[in-house]
Amino acid sequence: MREISYMEALREAIRQAMQKDDRVFLIGEDIGVYGGAFGVSAGLLDEFGPERIIDTPISEAGIAGACVGSAVTGMRPIGEIQFSDFVVIAMEQIVMQGAKMRFMFGGKAEVPFVMRLPGGSGTGAAAQHSESLENWFVHVPGLKVVMPATPYDAKGLLLSSIEENNPVMFFENKLLYKTKGHVPEEMYTIPLGKSNVVREGKDLTIIATSVMVPRSVEAAGVLSKEGIEVEIIDPRTLKPLDDAPIIQSVIKTGKTLIVHEAVKTGGFGGEISAVIMESEAFDFLDDPVRRLAGLDMPIPYNRTLEHHAVPQVENIVEEARKIVKGVY
Amino acid sequence: MAKSKKKVEMVGGLIEKEKALDLLYKMVLTRTFEENALEMFSLGKVHGTMHVSIGQEAIAAGSSPALRDDDYLLNTHRGHGHFLMWGGDLNHMMCEFLGKENGYCRGRGGSMHIADVESNNLGAQGIVAGNMPISVGVGLSIKMRKTEQVVLTLFGDGASNEGAFHESLNMASIWNLPVIYLCENNQYAMSMAFEKAFKVEQISDRASAYGIPGVTIDGNDVLAVYQAVQEAAERARSGHGPTLIEAVTYRYKGHSKSDRQLYRTRDEVKQWMKKDPIKRFAKEIGVDDAQFKEIEDRAYKDIKNAQEFAENSPEPDVATIMEGIYA
Repeated sequence: MREISYMEALREAIRQAMQKDDRVFLIGEDIGVYGGAFGVSAGLLDEFGPERIIDTPISEAGIAGACVGSAVTGMRPIGEIQFSDFVVIAMEQIVMQGAKMRFMFGGKAEVPFVMRLPGGSGTGAAAQHSESLENWFVHVPGLKVVMPATPYDAKGLLLSSIEENNPVMFFENKLLYKTKGHVPEEMYTIPLGKSNVVREGKDLTIIATSVMVPRSVEAAGVLSKEGIEVEIIDPRTLKPLDDAPIIQSVIKTGKTLIVHEAVKTGGFGGEISAVIMESEAFDFLDDPVRRLAGLDMPIPYNRTLEHHAVPQVENIVEEARKIVKGVY
Repeated sequence: MAKSKKKVEMVGGLIEKEKALDLLYKMVLTRTFEENALEMFSLGKVHGTMHVSIGQEAIAAGSSPALRDDDYLLNTHRGHGHFLMWGGDLNHMMCEFLGKENGYCRGRGGSMHIADVESNNLGAQGIVAGNMPISVGVGLSIKMRKTEQVVLTLFGDGASNEGAFHESLNMASIWNLPVIYLCENNQYAMSMAFEKAFKVEQISDRASAYGIPGVTIDGNDVLAVYQAVQEAAERARSGHGPTLIEAVTYRYKGHSKSDRQLYRTRDEVKQWMKKDPIKRFAKEIGVDDAQFKEIEDRAYKDIKNAQEFAENSPEPDVATIMEGIYA
């Protein structure tokens, strides 16, 4: 089985989508000769030329507008916001225009664009280049929100997102770019709105997103040696959310830990928690639904402080242990 | 739009007389629609808000006839005139205004978001300058599809001070996108007067910052608008990029229906009313008082018929409330 990195998987998805469909193009800052700030688009300029690998000035609202306007007139753009944090400058175009256009026009327009957004901390990039803002977009009707955790999911979900006839916010993770995994060479899609049971277990359900998925898997290895078997579910798409596997799992284990990097207050964990409470799983809960998430603070620069600002493997192990042993 | 093959009388050497009469009718229709709309608000027949373009009708009248049927329109919140000139059907426009199911947007958009995607009318706009970055995308799409269409992007003096203005004009300029930036400078961004909001004397002066042509024209002169848009369209279509047109005009009414207009004098409004674009165009094309009265009566009748049509049209079914959010 071929193993490639998360970044290579994304690049392969973009390349294959562009080879297949002339309407697909990539637009963003420094994506051409530079190859993208993180290297995702390296080499694509040579293959597709500057008409389809479009370097822009530093104009995030313009990039988003280019996506909205070209999408509604028949193209299938992929926009890149260099760091997901910078999406703040493009918010109006995404939230007020792209997301609402179809509805405002009585369901008579299609706005098929993908906005790629590298997010997350752990690179020493400090408070304005390290955020996890996915939940802002979950709150916007009209958008879909995707967050792959593995190279396999990165490719399959990106190809699905490009085929979508709706705007998709595609949150990549900077620490995951170099992680490797099995990725088929051919084109394949993973449907949006399909959770993945990453690991089966009977003692605790962990619902994790993005970089917290591999961290939870690592934590599960540690816990397994102590006789604690956790089940890990990665929703993969936050919106639409496939809640059935989550509910089934909670019914089985009776205990739940939600892990995400974004700050806890107002984060997606609260949403998952409410979904569980409102479901038939409520009667099976042995313990309150717990959340382990980023501290309610901007990401600090200092390496040690940065490490402690978001959940790490040891935090997940400790939290899971407390819940399973009932010593919370 | 060319109809008769026999002797064609032209107005100002630009527009066929027959077409000009149609434009005059639509200008009157726009004003009648908006006056009627204001009355309906006063009578409590509609809810929400809207923005009327009374006094600014020449810009709509002069711009869309200078374009091709397959060109694109990105309208503003004050866009009833442009909607009608673009070929909008009065009955279904009125239905949208009243929030009815058979309105252009199934009653979901209303006056501020009315669009007709089928005719490449990509909608009115509730966010000041919100359509400007979109025009980059439309222009890019045209260029990539090689269709030689153009996009007419409308905005006001207020929008010219948004950051989106800069990003949009810069990107359209560097890539020579087929965008016509048509600024309707009606002197006030809600209450903010033009002189207080700009250091430059003309908004078109800003074109030089993007290396594109900028012109300021009399926005109450249909023919001047027509000519400027036509030139900009030719330039855009031939791959030479965008033009910034500033059409100077004035809105007689408040920003929206709740505006008490404390920021200007009645005398100022009266002075501008002397330069009324509709009367001026009627005179230019040789329409006398009796003919004008006929046009007004026809427009009034058409508006009332449309109102009746809309009032008798079905409300959206609540069971369909969630439709149209996702494709």
